[in-house]
Amino acid sequence: MTYTVRKFDAVIVGAGGAGLRAAIQLSEAGYKTAVLTKVFPTRSHTVAAQGGVAASLGNSEEDHWHWHMYDTVKGSDWLGDQDAIEFMCRKANEVVVELEHYGMPFDRLDNGKIYQRPFGGHMSNFGEKPVRRSCAAADRTGHAMLHAMYQRNVKVNTQFFVEWQALDLVRDAEGDVLGVTAMDMETGEIVVFHAKATIFATGGAGRIYYSSTNAFINTGDGVGMAARAGIPLEDMEFWQFHPTGVAGAGVLITEGVRGEGGILRNSDGERFMERYAPNAKDLASRDVVSRAMTTEINEGRGCGPNKDFVLLDITHLPPETIMKRLPGIHEIGIQFAGVDCLKEPLPVVPTCHYQMGGIPTNYLGQVVVPKGGNQSEPVHGFYAAGECACASVHGANRLGTNSLLDLLVFGKSAGETAVNDLRASVKAHKPLAQEAIARTLARVDRLNNQKDGADVHETRLAMQRTMQKHAGVFRFKDMLAEGVKRIDEIAGQVAQTQIKDKSMVFNTARIEALELDNLIEVAKATIVSANARTESRGAHVRDDAIDTPETPDGRDDRNWLKHTLWYREGNRLDYKPVQMKPMSVDTIELKKRAY
Amino acid sequence: MTNANRTVQFKIYRYDPDQDAKPYMQDISVELDSTARKLLDAMGKLKAQDDSISFRRACREGGCGSDAMNINGKNGLACLTAMDSFPAGKPIVLRPLPGLPVIRDLIVDMTQFFKQYNSIKPYLINNDPPPERERLQSPEDREELNGLYECILCACCTTSCPSFWWNPDKFVGPAGLLAAYRYIADTRDQAANERLDNLEDPYRLFRCHTIMNCVDVCPKGLNPTKAIGKIKEMMVRRAI
Repeated sequence: MTYTVRKFDAVIVGAGGAGLRAAIQLSEAGYKTAVLTKVFPTRSHTVAAQGGVAASLGNSEEDHWHWHMYDTVKGSDWLGDQDAIEFMCRKANEVVVELEHYGMPFDRLDNGKIYQRPFGGHMSNFGEKPVRRSCAAADRTGHAMLHAMYQRNVKVNTQFFVEWQALDLVRDAEGDVLGVTAMDMETGEIVVFHAKATIFATGGAGRIYYSSTNAFINTGDGVGMAARAGIPLEDMEFWQFHPTGVAGAGVLITEGVRGEGGILRNSDGERFMERYAPNAKDLASRDVVSRAMTTEINEGRGCGPNKDFVLLDITHLPPETIMKRLPGIHEIGIQFAGVDCLKEPLPVVPTCHYQMGGIPTNYLGQVVVPKGGNQSEPVHGFYAAGECACASVHGANRLGTNSLLDLLVFGKSAGETAVNDLRASVKAHKPLAQEAIARTLARVDRLNNQKDGADVHETRLAMQRTMQKHAGVFRFKDMLAEGVKRIDEIAGQVAQTQIKDKSMVFNTARIEALELDNLIEVAKATIVSANARTESRGAHVRDDAIDTPETPDGRDDRNWLKHTLWYREGNRLDYKPVQMKPMSVDTIELKKRAY
Repeated sequence: MTNANRTVQFKIYRYDPDQDAKPYMQDISVELDSTARKLLDAMGKLKAQDDSISFRRACREGGCGSDAMNINGKNGLACLTAMDSFPAGKPIVLRPLPGLPVIRDLIVDMTQFFKQYNSIKPYLINNDPPPERERLQSPEDREELNGLYECILCACCTTSCPSFWWNPDKFVGPAGLLAAYRYIADTRDQAANERLDNLEDPYRLFRCHTIMNCVDVCPKGLNPTKAIGKIKEMMVRRAI
C-alpha cells in the first residue's frame, strides 16, 4: 500500500466547536494548518447542542464566576480538577463575548444584551437557588455557534480537508507526537500529515451505547487513536445519560425546556422531582434527574403501554414562549414523537449523551501522561480539547451548557498553547520513521484482506446492546463483571471485521469498520474502569456502593477521590490524584451533594 | 402508524466509478419493522444488508444537513422523511441531489455549492474595535435574523433551482443568497453596501426568477425567495 507525506506546522483533527475554535487561533497566527474533518464542518455534532452556553455575564440577575465554579465542582461530584474548573469559569465571559463579536445570533434581552436562561445545577450564591446563566440562541445554540465559528474560519482562510478520516496518531521512539495518518474518503488515498503540533478535537463516542442522543459520527476516533498509541484514557466510566431523550428515537430534548418552566411527571401526573431534589426540583443536575426518572420507571410509575417513559410537560407555558424560545423542540416533538408539545406532554427517557472522560489534558490543552514520577507530564506536540479531552472540568457529571463552554475555552486554550509552542520551537519537523505509520498500513491491509470475518453492523450492535445492558444509568457488580468479559469477546470480533465493499471511492463501509476500531477501545475503557470503581460518584452509580456516614450515597472519598487512567496495553488501570487546589481561590471542600 | 414487519421496495441510483461504466437504477427491497419510522432508518437497514450502498448521514435529526437527497423526485432530508408518508405498493425512488457531480451513489460533490456560499462572505464584517462586552442588539433587530440563520447548508434548495442547474458557477443560488441577506439584515454588520456590490451582476443575484422550488423543498421551512426579494429591493432602492 502506498502513501504520501504532507508537512504542516499544525494539524487539527475534527472541525466541531473545539476544532474550529483552535483553528481560529492557528490561522490568525499565520501557521500553516490542516484541519481534517470526516464531515463538512457544519455537520459536526456541536450542531445538535440546544440550550445554551454557560457564562456568568449576569445579564438578568447577579452572577459570579466563583458561583459557577462552585456549581461545576459540585456537579462533578468533586472529581473535577479545581484549577481547570476555575480557569474555565473565569474565561467564560471572554469566550462568549468573543463569539458574539464573530456574529453569533444570540437571543436578546430588552436592553440589547445576550439572553440568559436557567439550567440544571446552575445556582446563585453557592448553591442557593437557580440562576439565569445559560446564553442562548433559541434552542439552536450549538447550530448558531458552529456556523458562526465555521464562518469565522472562512474569514481567516483556514485550510480544511473535508471528508478525510484520521486513522492513527503518529509518535516517534521518544513518544513525541508527529502528526496523524488519514484517508481521503473520496479516493481512498492515505496521507501522513506530518506536523509539529497535533490537536485532537474529535468529539465523543456516545455511539458505544444502543440508545444515544449522539450522531452516527460520534465514534470516539481521537480517543481510540490515542489509546492505540499508548496514551491512557481518563475517567472513562463516567457517561452522562441526558434525562430527556425522545422515547424510542433517542433525539435530544434540551434541558432548556425545564429551564423555561417544563415539568417532569410520572404516570400519576405527579411532579416527582420534588421528592428527589426538593430545592432545585426539575433543575437538579442531570445524573440526579436521570436516576430519579429511572427509579420512577423501575417502580412501575412509567407512562405508555409498556410503562417505559415519563412525560415532560410544557402545556402550561404560553404558546408564544414555546414558539419563541423552544421552536426546535416543537419541531422535534412533531417529527420524532408525533406530539405537539403545545397541547400534549413529550415522552422522554434518559439517553446516553456525553462522555465526561477522555484523553487526559491540563487547562492549557496539553495532553498529559504519568512519566518518571510526574503524574501529568505533557506529551510533546500533542493537544486535545472538547468532548474527546478530559481537562478534567466535568469530573463525574457535567452540568448542562458547560460542554459548549468547555469547547470554546479549551479549543482556544489548546490553539494558543500550540501557537506559543510553535513560536518557541526553532527546530524543523522531527524525522518521520517508517515504523510510525506501520500501524495504519497494517489496519487497513487487514481490513481489505479479511476473509470469513465478522459483520461490522452486527458486531457494532452487539457492543451497543452490551454497553446499554451492563453499564447504564444504574450499574450492578455482577453485570459489570460479566460486561467486561462480553466486551472482551466482542473486541475479538472487531479485530476480524470484514467488509464486502472493496471500492476505493467513498467507501463508507470501510470507514464504519475503521470507526468501530475506535468505538471498541472506548467501550473497553468504559467497562473496565466502571467495573473497578467500587463506589458511586456522579453518573457512576452501582448497587454495591452503600450509603453510610463515611460514604454518603455510596461516595467513598477515602479510597476513590482519584482519576482513573486506563491503558489499552494489557487492559491495565492506574490512578492519579484529583487537583483539589484551584488557581487563585480557596479549595471548594468536599461535601455531600444535594439539590 | 407504520405496520410491523413489512417489505418495502426501493429503486436506488447506483454508481461506483471504480466498478461501473455508467450509473444505473437498482431495484432492492428490505424487510422493515415498526422501529423504521424515517427513511434514514430504512436506509440503515438497507446498508446492513448491502454495505456498498453509499450515502452521507450524521445527526439523524434534521440539524446537520448530511442526508439530503432526491426522494421520489423531490429534494429532502432522509432523516425527516416519514416512512408512512410514502404511498403503499410503489417503490421509493432515491437519487442524488440534482445539478451537482456524483461521487458515488447518493453522494454528490458539493464543492460548487460551498464555493458560492463562501463567495458572499458569510461572516460578520464590523471594522470598529470590538467592545469589552457584547455588541448590543434589540430583540426586534435580532428577530430580523429569524428564518435566515437556521439554514443547515443541506443544499436541497440550491440543487432544486433550475437557475443553479444552468449556471452553477455564476448564480449564487438560494442558500448562498439567504446567507448574504442574513448578514445584510444583521444590525451589527457594516458591509451592506459592499455585500450588494458583490451581488450586482446579471447572474449572481438576478438569475433568480422566483420559481420558488427552494421554498417548496426547504426541510427547515425557510424562505430563500423572500430573502432574495429583499436583496433585490435594496438593490433597486439604492439605485434611485
